[in-house]
Amino acid sequence: MTWKTLQSAMADQGYIASGDLAMALHLSLSLGRPLLLEGAAGVGKTEVARVLAAVEDTQLIRLQCYEGLDAAQAIYEWNYPRQLLAIRAASQDGETGRSVEARIFSDEFLLERPLLKAIRQNKAPVLLIDEIDRADEEFEAYLLEILSEFQITIPEMGTITATSRPMVILTSNGTRDLSDALRRRCLYAHVPYPDHETELAILVTRYPDITDRLCAQIVGFVQALRKQDLEKKPGIAEMLDFSAALMGLGVADLTADPAILQATLTTLLKTQMDRDAIPTEIAQRLAGKAE
Amino acid sequence: MSRVTKFAARDPGPAARMAGFVAHLRDNGLRLGVGETGIALDALTHIDAANPNDARRALKSVFTGCADEAAKFDGLFDSFWMNGGRVKTRVTPTATPSQSENVHSTREAEAEADASGGAGDISAPDGGEGEATSDAEGKLVATDVTNLFKKDLRDVVRPEDIEAAEKIALRMGAALRDRRSRRRKAARKGDQIHFRKVMRQSIATGGEPFAQPKRHRPDRSLRITAICDVSGSMTVYSRIFLAFLAGLMRADSRADAYLFHTRLVRITEALRDKDPLRALARLSLLADGFAGGSKIGESLNTFANTYARRFVDNRTVVMILSDGYDTASPDGISTALVRLKKRGCKIIWLNPLKGWDGYEPTARAMAGALPHLDLFRAANTLEDLAALEPELARL
Repeated sequence: MTWKTLQSAMADQGYIASGDLAMALHLSLSLGRPLLLEGAAGVGKTEVARVLAAVEDTQLIRLQCYEGLDAAQAIYEWNYPRQLLAIRAASQDGETGRSVEARIFSDEFLLERPLLKAIRQNKAPVLLIDEIDRADEEFEAYLLEILSEFQITIPEMGTITATSRPMVILTSNGTRDLSDALRRRCLYAHVPYPDHETELAILVTRYPDITDRLCAQIVGFVQALRKQDLEKKPGIAEMLDFSAALMGLGVADLTADPAILQATLTTLLKTQMDRDAIPTEIAQRLAGKAE
Repeated sequence: MSRVTKFAARDPGPAARMAGFVAHLRDNGLRLGVGETGIALDALTHIDAANPNDARRALKSVFTGCADEAAKFDGLFDSFWMNGGRVKTRVTPTATPSQSENVHSTREAEAEADASGGAGDISAPDGGEGEATSDAEGKLVATDVTNLFKKDLRDVVRPEDIEAAEKIALRMGAALRDRRSRRRKAARKGDQIHFRKVMRQSIATGGEPFAQPKRHRPDRSLRITAICDVSGSMTVYSRIFLAFLAGLMRADSRADAYLFHTRLVRITEALRDKDPLRALARLSLLADGFAGGSKIGESLNTFANTYARRFVDNRTVVMILSDGYDTASPDGISTALVRLKKRGCKIIWLNPLKGWDGYEPTARAMAGALPHLDLFRAANTLEDLAALEPELARL
């Protein structure tokens, strides 16, 4: 598979990837290296993993990072209550201590968390480590070890080596700077806001029955909106919500009804300051120029 | 599109060319190891390497690691592989003094590196004639303001200053770092027993608490982000402030530094250079437009909208070093500060003019900024900066 076939396969799944992104994904697959995706919120970083899983026809395993995420939630944990019950039951049946011990530290009592699950699949899954920048730095270090070795040591069971190497995709919004060590382990692609043509293609792929006129208006409007001085620029997800809202309301022309446009802006602008920054007049001016 | 670089007949082959390209990238500030060269060659076997666009994309994903690097990669790629069909005689530059870390840098060493580096080294000064050889670092300077007399910052700042400043910065950093969270977190060593964890762990041992997990109050040290004004009105004080920034960068690995005149430049990477003189040389290039007019409001706004989103949070102290004289409209300053403040940071403004007798912050810019500041102090000399230490500890 070349990067072009990957790009078109992704387009079939409804994801329009830029050349840079498709190439980075292709290399990540063929070199077996993790891929770090960076970009503003709402440009479709998480979606890349979902689409890749669909293209490769495999499972998507997702680890959502947050502050305070630790090994027990990310890798594995023993199912203590079940172990206790098993011990109780065993003592009534007269089972010997040694055999109980062997039994309660087996697969049956192991709770797989995403990282362990990802390396124990028969078919290589897509492992999405979402918003890695939210996790603590200690966890990042731990993750590095797993990403380079693809094996996990459980003291009671021994080392578990990957049966298949998952395709790893990490995403980051840049809320903190990632360590150089992590960046070096990964291939890198920056996902920018889409240009005009790409965004048109995305919109048409998602909503095939949209009229050409409205489509051009929506994309022009959103692109113009991104150039405004906003706290949070609308991403692709917001643009799609906006289109869905307009289509749901049966709007055929963006400039037709200022009140409706202003009401649907709620799908694009998510802070009070941004709402105030785009009053009716500005919205109308942007919409008028959008065609 | 410019034509592809030709290589001399005695050129050792693709691997050496790639090594040459990596050296070229390293010269331009990308941090790459030997590993990346290997991956890059490996990557080229998986694509149509004869297609320059494919090769560019592939190498971009391998060699870059953040948005800034990705943005300047295309220019660097072109300058090495697409130099208009000219013959490149030597692909791997011999080790120049500027590449070894422990060299005692002198002007001569810099000049030598410049002469032999060849492939557009933006980290070395280019002697002042014309543009730098590489076009990778965009040098967009607003032209409507008097500016652009190029100044070699090495004439402005002396290494002794940096050393002194480093000591002060160390102490300041320590004053800011001594913070504890109120919340306690699990830790290997701590002053309290972590009861929730005790219960959880004792389930595994049938209700008998064997382990004794502890918890403590984790450090929540503040990080300094310094923004220095290097406009014309600040020239007299620039020496002290730049030395202070250089010292700060060397003392505190988490600190961040920017300077602005008519635009804002991030200088953290340049100042982290191990050799203080070379750090200043790199800075001189970035500080193009030094001692021109200043657009404080606009620069602070740029900061609040871009870098601040990534680097400023409630554990940051933003330190602004400026006299508050704005050539543009000063209204921007207070909006920018409000926006910054919303990120939860502390803002300190150090104004050299405040040291004057009878100074009143009457510059309109300064007056607008005052309500948003946590601390507004004078700072003319390194001693003044040192005296700030107890105030910072109180913040």
